Amino acid sequence: MGTHNYNLTEQFEFTGKAKNLSIIAIVIGLLAIGYGFSAEALHERTFANLLLMAYYFACVCMSGAFFLAVQFVAQAGWSASILRVPEAMAKALPIAVVILIAVMAAGLYTHNLYHHWNAPGLTDPNSENFDKLIKGKSAFLNVPFFMARQVIFLGVYSFFALLLARLSNNEDLEGGLNSYRKSFKYSCVFLVIYGFTTPIFAFDTVMSLEAHWFSTMFGWYNFAAMWVSSLATIAIILILLRKSGYMAWVNNSHLHNLGQFIFGFSIFWTYVWFAQFLLIYYANMPEETVYFYKRFDNYEFWFYLNLILNFLAPLLLLMDRDNKRQENILLTVSIIVLCGHWVDYYQMIMPGTVEEHHGFGIIEIGTAIGFVGLFTFTVLNGLSKKPLIAKNHPFLQESLNHHL
Amino acid sequence: MNNIKYILGSFGDPDEMMHGIQKLQDNNIKIHDVYTPMPIHGIEAKLGVKRSRLDIAAFFFGITGTMTMLSFVYFAAAYDWPINIGGKPHFALPDFIPITFELTILFCAFGLVGSYYASTHLFPGRAPRVMDLRATNDRFIIAIDAKENAEHSKIDDLLKEAGALEVKYNERKYVSYE
Repeated sequence: MGTHNYNLTEQFEFTGKAKNLSIIAIVIGLLAIGYGFSAEALHERTFANLLLMAYYFACVCMSGAFFLAVQFVAQAGWSASILRVPEAMAKALPIAVVILIAVMAAGLYTHNLYHHWNAPGLTDPNSENFDKLIKGKSAFLNVPFFMARQVIFLGVYSFFALLLARLSNNEDLEGGLNSYRKSFKYSCVFLVIYGFTTPIFAFDTVMSLEAHWFSTMFGWYNFAAMWVSSLATIAIILILLRKSGYMAWVNNSHLHNLGQFIFGFSIFWTYVWFAQFLLIYYANMPEETVYFYKRFDNYEFWFYLNLILNFLAPLLLLMDRDNKRQENILLTVSIIVLCGHWVDYYQMIMPGTVEEHHGFGIIEIGTAIGFVGLFTFTVLNGLSKKPLIAKNHPFLQESLNHHL
Repeated sequence: MNNIKYILGSFGDPDEMMHGIQKLQDNNIKIHDVYTPMPIHGIEAKLGVKRSRLDIAAFFFGITGTMTMLSFVYFAAAYDWPINIGGKPHFALPDFIPITFELTILFCAFGLVGSYYASTHLFPGRAPRVMDLRATNDRFIIAIDAKENAEHSKIDDLLKEAGALEVKYNERKYVSYE
């Protein structure tokens, strides 16, 4: 062991098919959004889709930064040679943040989103729209504080994401342990902040769409969803890079680790999902069951599809050790999980916005394709700026020799 | 004829032991087993040890637990003594998922502990069987079946060449803690 002929200055070239396809996807997305805004009746649905995909995009990118931080804090060696991929995702976070905040601000301004708590007269006792529950929550759920929280949380995540990427860049230039020690320190701070604020971020962005209902499990439920979708994205990017001849040092054992992560956190997602469901089902209180009542009433197909894609598929396909090590199976499962979490977010967001007028058509598919294109473009563009391996990472040899 | 059953090469260093395994394999000498005080990375692949079937056993122990609990819950809550709880069906599956999950794990854990004891012959009150006592302390032992491999002097040379500190000729398969 210890003799490698890997090219440690290898750089990704973002040209050709990947670039063209992602630009075409962005254009398709813009056309679909344009179509959505062409008719008054479709505005709310378009806004709901924009929120869904902007949230998804931001979550995948910030979980990329979370992945980096976890690896630094755990002083993990196996991942040292693949860290440039989550780094590229973290670097795309500011763009995702700007889009998400713009969508939320526009949705609040036009009353297409969050109208359960942001409508005229809801907190005015003399108005006929007066809502006692919303009045009670208005100290937290009001537009200035809501937007301030979003800007602060997402700003802090972006700050740490860019900081970790910059430190890794410094490490490439200077070598030594200085950058690694700093990354460790800032990762610790980031993880504490991230752990405490992501549930609030999820409460704000998604749960407040149905402001009368609440669940304390919701934050962790969303955390599990964003983390597992980010892991699946990392796996997809790695496998596709490997298939196109880059990153020859990524071996089956790295894929095995990612497969274990995806398998484990899919189970964790199911655990949190079920914990939320079971308590509401068992207690059977009308103010809580209304959430699932809405989903059984109009979204039954999506409700069960969610469980099949996010629980049964990874459970059955990734349980076997050999399956985790085969890139085609891992790629398939990762794509299923990514589609599954789209469905997951879909049945979280739609009943609180368009309610029974939901659909699955040009707007849904087009917006999703557009954001996938945007994600691909920004991430691959970021990836092409630096070598594909952090050549001065202290645990690099361990990662190159990784064997399970 | 001699009564030697096993030849044991005793190494002080894992790298030298791996070297010894390589030498024996190059000379087509079949290795009975290797005993080390700590896990050695990659040794299973080198010796061609078959993958453990413990996961298959785990699955069947687990599924037994699942079935046991589901049938018991069905018997108790829906068949033998049905009670109306909050207007739910008697066999309300979501309510019974946690306990089913627990019993799956319980059966799986106990079953695997039992399988492990059965496959390693470790039972309470029984002296564990070891080929060389120092394999549990500071030595890395390669065991070769002396009956199957007749060229004892060649084996001796190969082991010493690779760095064996000591070569033992055991007339009993196991020495035990007495």
